[in-house]
Amino acid sequence: MKDTFKLGNHEFTSRFILGSGKYSLDLIKAAVENAGAQIITLALRRATTGNVANILDYIPKGVTLLPNTSGARNAEEAARIARLAREVGCGDFIKIECIRDSKYLLPDNYETAKATEILAKEGFVVMPYMYPDLNAARDMANAGAACIMPLGAPIGTNKGLATKEFIRILIDEIDLPVIVDAGIGKPSQACEAMEMGAAAVMANTAIATAGDVPAMAEAFKYAIAAGRAAYLAGTGRVLETGAAASSPLTGFLAD
Amino acid sequence: MMIKVNGENREDFDGKTLSELLCGLGYKTSYIAVEMNGDIVKKDSYSTVVLNDGDSLEVVNFVGGG
Repeated sequence: MKDTFKLGNHEFTSRFILGSGKYSLDLIKAAVENAGAQIITLALRRATTGNVANILDYIPKGVTLLPNTSGARNAEEAARIARLAREVGCGDFIKIECIRDSKYLLPDNYETAKATEILAKEGFVVMPYMYPDLNAARDMANAGAACIMPLGAPIGTNKGLATKEFIRILIDEIDLPVIVDAGIGKPSQACEAMEMGAAAVMANTAIATAGDVPAMAEAFKYAIAAGRAAYLAGTGRVLETGAAASSPLTGFLAD
Repeated sequence: MMIKVNGENREDFDGKTLSELLCGLGYKTSYIAVEMNGDIVKKDSYSTVVLNDGDSLEVVNFVGGG
């Protein structure tokens, strides 16, 4: 059986959601292909006039577009951006970002839950980016979220799974895909999130600031696949004390 | 006679359609979404919406983002 996960009515085999920020349009196609990504995030901004290149021309066909609501400070602003994004005509996925804190860029869970409720009712596939708090995650699930996207560390820091214990609680308690978003800086950290049972990992800065963008996209692909395979296999137990020989304790040679 | 487009005043579009303005400014409609005076304008209405003095437009498109 194929190992897939669902967002709304859409099924995905790749568990790597790729961000498209902070690197050149020319690298996007190679990054998406090397990542094996089926979902790529985008932002919505005022359009410049004239004949400028548009990112939509650089994204391989068949890849699901996931616009975010970056720039929104509350639920109403997020809803406005989401509606405009849908009007461009590239589907009804939306990643909610409601951020009032300009230093640490931490999401406002309360406004995010409100935006989730508004947009889920309007038929969006709502993917809320959130601080990993169990009560807020339950609110978002009840409001109709298609998944939850807890942060591993503040956006763009590459600091890894700083919130590991709390993400573990969400994976245990929330009956939706848990997609670790933000802060994942290295493939090993993405792998760890997947071993814990995350449904997918989203990364942008880790790829965009790597020495070789497409090569790092590929490294993440392998790490995420390895972590998923390990989760499905069930990781081995940890001994609290002592040791346990892997080789037989009988049949030794005589002195 | 002024129409505001993404915060900038534009002349010469009074009485023209939204399509004419978008085309005149070099926007490709398949890439964009438009809000007029706070309300979204559906793409299939671009050619029938007529602009009036004081209208304010937001024209947005996708860019790279995480």
